[in-house]
Amino acid sequence: MINIGDSSSRNTEADLSTRIAGVTFKNPIVMASGTFGFGKEYAKYYDVNELGGISGKGLTLQPKAGNQGTRVYETASGMLNSVGLENPGVAAFLDKECAYWETLDTVRIVNLGGNTFEDYVAGAELIQKDADTRGRKAVDMIELNISCPNVKEGGIAFGIRTCDARELVRAVRQATSLPLSVKLSPNAEDIADMALMCQEEGADAVSLINTISGMKIDVRRRRSVFNNLYAGLSGPAIKPIALRMVNQVAKRVDIPVIGMGGITSATDIVEFIMAGAAVVQVGTYNFMNMRAGQDLLRDLRQFMIEENIASLDEIRGIV
Amino acid sequence: MGTVISNERLADNVYHLRVSGEYGGEMGQFYMLRAWGAYPVLSRPLSIHQVADDGIEFLYHVVGEGTELFAQLTPGDSINLEGPFGSGFPAVTGRVALVGGGIGIAPLLYCAREIPGCDVYLGFSREPFRTEEFRPYAAKLTVDVGGLILDNVDFAEYDHIFVCGPHPMLKAAQLKGIAAATSGSPVNVYLSLENRMACGIGACLVCSVSCKDGQRKACADGPVFLAEEVIFHD
Ligand SMILES: Cc1cc2nc3c(=O)[nH]c(=O)nc-3n(C[C@H](O)[C@H](O)[C@H](O)COP(=O)(O)OP(=O)(O)OC[C@H]3O[C@@H](n4cnc5c(N)ncnc54)[C@H](O)[C@@H]3O)c2cc1C
Ligand SMILES: Cc1cc2nc3c(=O)[nH]c(=O)nc-3n(C[C@H](O)[C@H](O)[C@H](O)COP(=O)(O)O)c2cc1C
Ligand code: FES
Repeated sequence: MINIGDSSSRNTEADLSTRIAGVTFKNPIVMASGTFGFGKEYAKYYDVNELGGISGKGLTLQPKAGNQGTRVYETASGMLNSVGLENPGVAAFLDKECAYWETLDTVRIVNLGGNTFEDYVAGAELIQKDADTRGRKAVDMIELNISCPNVKEGGIAFGIRTCDARELVRAVRQATSLPLSVKLSPNAEDIADMALMCQEEGADAVSLINTISGMKIDVRRRRSVFNNLYAGLSGPAIKPIALRMVNQVAKRVDIPVIGMGGITSATDIVEFIMAGAAVVQVGTYNFMNMRAGQDLLRDLRQFMIEENIASLDEIRGIV
Repeated sequence: MGTVISNERLADNVYHLRVSGEYGGEMGQFYMLRAWGAYPVLSRPLSIHQVADDGIEFLYHVVGEGTELFAQLTPGDSINLEGPFGSGFPAVTGRVALVGGGIGIAPLLYCAREIPGCDVYLGFSREPFRTEEFRPYAAKLTVDVGGLILDNVDFAEYDHIFVCGPHPMLKAAQLKGIAAATSGSPVNVYLSLENRMACGIGACLVCSVSCKDGQRKACADGPVFLAEEVIFHD
């Protein structure tokens, strides 16, 4: 898809596309889980079909009300969130939101969380069953979230130790034939080990990073501002850490890496691609710029022209 | 992008911001404002104070970093506004009271203009501001300094009461509404909530409000809620 300009040999339109497990992302910009709803809200402000993909709000088998009390706190160049996976549950999602997803022309990723081992597996089975019976395709990929720091029961419990996560990834892999990416936690004991385990267990990709466990204390009330004590840090503040982890993991595994953490510009995207990411996800930046996807795509195209880069493959993993 | 027409200091830490451009909205709706680049990370929600022919107006209290940056704006500066967002106060008829506490009066001026003949109650802990702007619209204007403004409102007198103010005031208004209903004077009490927000459009769920029928979003389902629906946890 490289169009050579008529009057010069400079590329006027770089090839931004990437394939992961047979799924084509038309460009590397995917909206990160939990920051983009199921896409509908932002569709009022720009055409979300321009995006490479959308990772929906994290789902669990049963609906979840999420955490009580303060759920967001701003930090230097970032934010802490303690949403606690509020979501309508897998079944309600398939019933109510999937009809909208069927109409979309972008990669649609279900982000699947859970409290228990059984929940994760049952959730994956439900999604698989729906995909088998649905006429039009609504889900292109499952992103298994083993890394949410904001739910007490599960999530992060699986995301820390590789041995705890292995069985879960194996079971979910067996429950679904949909492309599977495992979303890793920066709080893992060894994130590269974890990624390698995912590859061994048949994951098609890994997504990283989820939020970093952090804290904020209200000194007058002498307590954490969050009922859950700790919350997840995201935004520009975490970008250097995310980039380093993406690089470490990309060097260790053969499966594609979906990189994220603090991206707010086209050059941030290029950094992640150079570090080895196949595609990237954009989270907190959506809150800084409602038309984040549209603007990043425009700027990325511009950057490719300026730097005379014909395809992302030219720069992927070069660092 | 809007352009600042004026940004006038009205009282201790309270400012009146006028921005030119074609901005609309209904009473009780809000905008997400940003007068900076990357930092602070989040935009700041402010209620529509008034929609004018030449633009839109906000009334804000300087409490921290973001509103401090708003206070430094001068005429001609540009400011990023997204909105209008949320579902605001309903268009009602009957006997209506508007009750504002402090900066909570911000969304009520527009309501006063839209609801002819309403009674307006404005309470301040210290220096009052913008009270005279309500006078042309209000059937009755009550201003209180240093007391509890809700003490002046007889809930049995009204069909609808719109309340915006600090958290304790909202909880008190809910209780008064329930008490009035139990003693045979059903009144619809509407509260404008000020939950912390990130996206402002219903995508991130950080602004969640516990309601009788489950979790609702302050930004998209509110910020205005029927008082009896809201469950206050603290
Ligand atoms: C729907 C809605 C309408 C509002 N309308 C007005 C208005 O018309 N006039 C006005 O003065 N204020 C209004 N507020 C409150 C206003 O948004 C906050 O005072 C402001 O965001 C504080 O920002 P800061 O950077 O100065 O404070 P900081 O304390 O530095 O802010 C840190 C973070 O906390 C958030 N925050 C702090 N205080 C509040 C608060 N009381 N409510 C919500 N978020 C808060 C900020 O948005 C920011 O994300 C409204 C809030 C909401 C949700
Ligand atoms: C408000 C909020 C909610 C989130 N919810 C989820 C979620 O449900 N599932 C998940 O895997 N990650 C969730 N995340 C993490 C993001 O998808 C992303 O991994 C992280 O925010 C880092 O990217 P960023 O710095 O670009 O935001 C959430 C992040 C935020 C800020
Ligand atoms: S602020 Fe994001 S859902 Fe309300």
